[in-house]
This record gives sequence, structure tokens and C-alpha cells, in this order.
Amino acid sequence: MVENSRWADILAHAILILGVALVAFPVYVAIVASTHPAGTFVRGVMPLLPGAEGWENYRTVIVEGRSRAGTPPIGGMLWNSFVMAMTIALGKIAISLLSAFAIVYFRFPFRLFFFWIIFLTLMLPVEVRIVPTFQVVADLGMLNSFAGLSIPLIASATATFLFRQFFMTVPEELMEAARVDGAGPMKFFRDILVPLSVTNIAALFVIMFIYGWNQYLWPLLITTDPDYFTIVMGIQRMARGGEQEPLWHLVMATVVMAALPPVLVILFMQRLFVKGLTETEK
Amino acid sequence: MQTKRTTFPGLWLPLALLAPQVAITLVFFIWPASQALWQSVLRQDVFGLSTQFVGLDNFARLLADPLYHNALVVTFWFSLGTTALSMSLALLFAVMVNRMIRSRDTYTTLLVWPYAVAPAIAGVLWWFIFNPSIGILPYVLRGLGYDWNHRASGTDAMILVIVAAAWKQISYNFLFFLAGLQSVPQSLIEAAAIDGAGRFKRFWTIVFPLLSPVTFFLLVVNVVYAMFDTFGVIHATTEGGPSQATTILVYKVYRDGFVNLNLGSSAAQSVILMAIVIVLTVIQFRYIERRVNY
Repeated sequence: MVENSRWADILAHAILILGVALVAFPVYVAIVASTHPAGTFVRGVMPLLPGAEGWENYRTVIVEGRSRAGTPPIGGMLWNSFVMAMTIALGKIAISLLSAFAIVYFRFPFRLFFFWIIFLTLMLPVEVRIVPTFQVVADLGMLNSFAGLSIPLIASATATFLFRQFFMTVPEELMEAARVDGAGPMKFFRDILVPLSVTNIAALFVIMFIYGWNQYLWPLLITTDPDYFTIVMGIQRMARGGEQEPLWHLVMATVVMAALPPVLVILFMQRLFVKGLTETEK
Repeated sequence: MQTKRTTFPGLWLPLALLAPQVAITLVFFIWPASQALWQSVLRQDVFGLSTQFVGLDNFARLLADPLYHNALVVTFWFSLGTTALSMSLALLFAVMVNRMIRSRDTYTTLLVWPYAVAPAIAGVLWWFIFNPSIGILPYVLRGLGYDWNHRASGTDAMILVIVAAAWKQISYNFLFFLAGLQSVPQSLIEAAAIDGAGRFKRFWTIVFPLLSPVTFFLLVVNVVYAMFDTFGVIHATTEGGPSQATTILVYKVYRDGFVNLNLGSSAAQSVILMAIVIVLTVIQFRYIERRVNY
């Protein structure tokens, strides 16, 4: 039998509690900093206990913004991030469902060729072809628009693979039965395949929403109009605006607001998140 | 590649179904990539008026450029540091959580959420904690006699970006290590325990070797993450400095393309990066095929 030692258990708990504290520490510091007035950060060391200015700071960043530093109220940026993340997540799911359906349930010429084109997207992350992709979007007149923010990021090989894998496990009989009953391909897709894929769609949605929300380089490049700034890139402008020390209390309030939505998504949909993460990597 | 045994008839319908994805891929992936290839053999004059074909000269210049060598070295240390730090902590936590029965889910929840934090935000968080004048860690380090300043010291700046990048990645590695640990057969561990193997011996001779496929997979994923997904960490904090000490390859492509406007060089760097991604992707897929065959 494997020994059971009380001390080993205590040690394991101690390590984990330290680990959880380590992982949470930066965010704890951010939350604390966001509740202090500006004066706290002029000298000395950052506070480790909450202050009393929390409501005031959050009201400032959400409603007023800081126009002098070039950042609009973050309400608008949060909304932009939300629209971008939703468009990317739903767009990826929609086009991947359709293309996986075509690849699995039809035989047509150049099927393999199309499959490889989709596969290639895995090998070309936006970071490695920044300049020419920017030029394409600029030529299409998509700078400073939601279309420019989201459409170039919508193609997804991982989502297509995931749905392809899943469709391959759907019993053949379902389709044969549907055909005997006279259902056409799109009816089969809509009434049988999509309802069967709901868990996969939800799991993928969690991953893709986080992916879209956390985009940084892309919005940085293609938005120059503050009306289209997303929250994650907006923080950089606040934290690094000019030579003087940033207004840490407001920056940290913004950081908390920017990190909150995706963290909540993970906390409330942890099971789907874990499923999505492990399945998309297969 | 397989399809279903029976398929729907038709040619135009499947093509129409594929059209959106293929169109986006062609316009926003394949075309820009081919443009990068094409621009990498061209050079514009200073005013951008004329462009001439220069063959592989952009690559030759790049490979002779000490700044590019620097970026390669920086990327190497940054990837190594980030991967080693986040994977070792994640493995430690996963092994500990795997012992737990009742508290397993609680600890998992408390450890996975940083996955949702954007790299740029992770950077800003640690940038604040390490702030030389008010940060808590420099304060502690001063007490220990170390004068922390990531604005002047390249080493300090590198530690800062590694910590920020690794912090965010712990949760991902943790989940995969935990899944790997749960598939290690309990009977093997009990057999070893009966034979008198102690805790550490069991881990290093049974559990760790059985985890090697997961470890290898995570190694590739983490290197890809450190090389390509950490742009935000760098850009939001050190901006590649001080004196290029944290300029990783991806940051240099951006900087040469958009700030220094050296399109030929930036395109040549893009092409080299694409080659790296392709190699890493192939390695990753070969591993997956192996795992399926087990």
C-alpha cells in the first residue's frame, strides 16, 4: 500500500496555498492599488491593504476616462472588446462548423487541397506576418472598424479540426436515417449535427472568447481612432503614456475591469473551459 | 483523409460551405504570407520611391546583423526561462493537487483562472509590482541589498518579462500535467510502493517517465507561446529595452516594420519566423500521431 503520511499532506497543502497565493498576488495588488487615491503612489512603497477610494476610482475610469492621456472612458473600450470577442468566437465557430461539415459529409474534387489551405493557418500566426497583413487590411479600407478588428482573426484551423474529429464520431446511421426520411444536407446539418455539437460549440466558445478578448497586437495596429480602442490595448496607453509616472490607481482599476470578464467566463464555465482547452490541442 | 461511408451528393453546396473559411484564409493568411516572401527579396530606397530586386541580400544582411543575433539570443533565453519556470511550478502544483481528494477541485479553480488574463495585462501587473520606486518587490530586494532597476539593467528587465510571461502560462501547463497524472495507473505506483520505493523514487522512476509525452507536448506549446504570444508582455512593459535586452524576434519584426519602416528586413524576419513556426508545428503534429498510435 502507498503510505499515508499526515506530514506529507500538510506539506502538500502548504505548497498549494503558497502557490495559490503566488498566482493571486499580482491581481490582489492590482485590486488594492485601485482603491487608493493618487497621492499614495507618489512616494514610499505600494500599499498592501485596501484604501477607501475604490468607488471613486472605478467611477472615474468607467464614466469620465482621461481625455488628456488619450484614453476614452473605459465603458466604450469594454464594449469594443466585447463586440470583438463575440464576433471572433461566433464567427470562428460558424465558419468552422460549415467547413468541417463540407469536409466530412461530402466528396468533391480538391477536398484535400482545401483541407490543407485551412491547415496552413495554424502555421501563420498573425505575429509573424504583421506588416503584409496590415497592408491587406489597410487596402481593403478596414482600418478602424469592427470588421477589421475581427474578420482577419476568424479563420481557425483548430476549430475546424475539432468539429471534424467530432463529426467523424457521429454514428453513420443518423445520416442514413435522415436520408431515408428525405432530409437534405442542410436540414440534417441544422436539425441533427448542430444540436449534437452543442457541448463542443460551448467549450470552443469559451476558449475563443478569451482569445478574442485578449487580442493585443492586432487592435494596436489597426485602430487609431479611440472609438475603436479595445480595453486590453487601452491599458498600455494609460500605463505608458509619456515620461511621468502613470496614474497607478486608475491604471489598476482599468486592469481589474479588463481582466474581470474573461476570468468570470473561466470561473463560471470551468468544465467547458477545461474541455475546450484539452480538446482543441488534440 | 476519410469522409463518412455514405456522403451527400453535390459539388456546389460543399464548395459554398467552405467558401467563407477559405476566402478569409486566402485573403488574410496566404496572401500576406506570400507578400512577406516577395517583399523579403526586395528593397525600397529611403524615400520609398523605387523598389529593386535584391535576391537574398536582405537575409544575408540580417544574418550578419549583430542586432539580429542579439534578438536570437534574447529569444532563446526568454523562451528557456519562461518554459522552465512555468512548467516546473505547474508540475509541482499538479503533483500536489493530484494527492488531494476533497480539495482537488477547489485548488484547480484557484490555479487556472490566470489563463484568462491577457499577456499584456500580465505584463502591466508585474511591471507595477517590480516598479523601481514604489514596487513591493524592489522594496524587499533593497532590504536584501539588491538594487533592482529594470530600466537600467538588462538582466532585471529579462527577469521581469520572464516572470510575467510564465505567471500567465502556469495554469495551462497545470491542467495538462494534472490530466497526465490522472492517467498514470495507480497499480504501478502501488506495486513500486510494495517493492519499497519511496515517494521521490516512485515519482522519478515511474510517474515522471510516464508523463514524458505530456511534458514534451507542453515543451513545444510553451516555446511557441514564449516566441509568438508574448508580444503584449514585451510591448506593454520594457518595449524591448533597456538597450535591446528584451527585444525578442516577434517584437523586432514589429519594430523594424512599423517604427523603423524597414520593410525588406521586416519581411525577411517574417519569413524566418514562419519557417520556425512550421518546424514547431510539424514536431507537435508528429507527437500527436505518436500518441494516437499508443
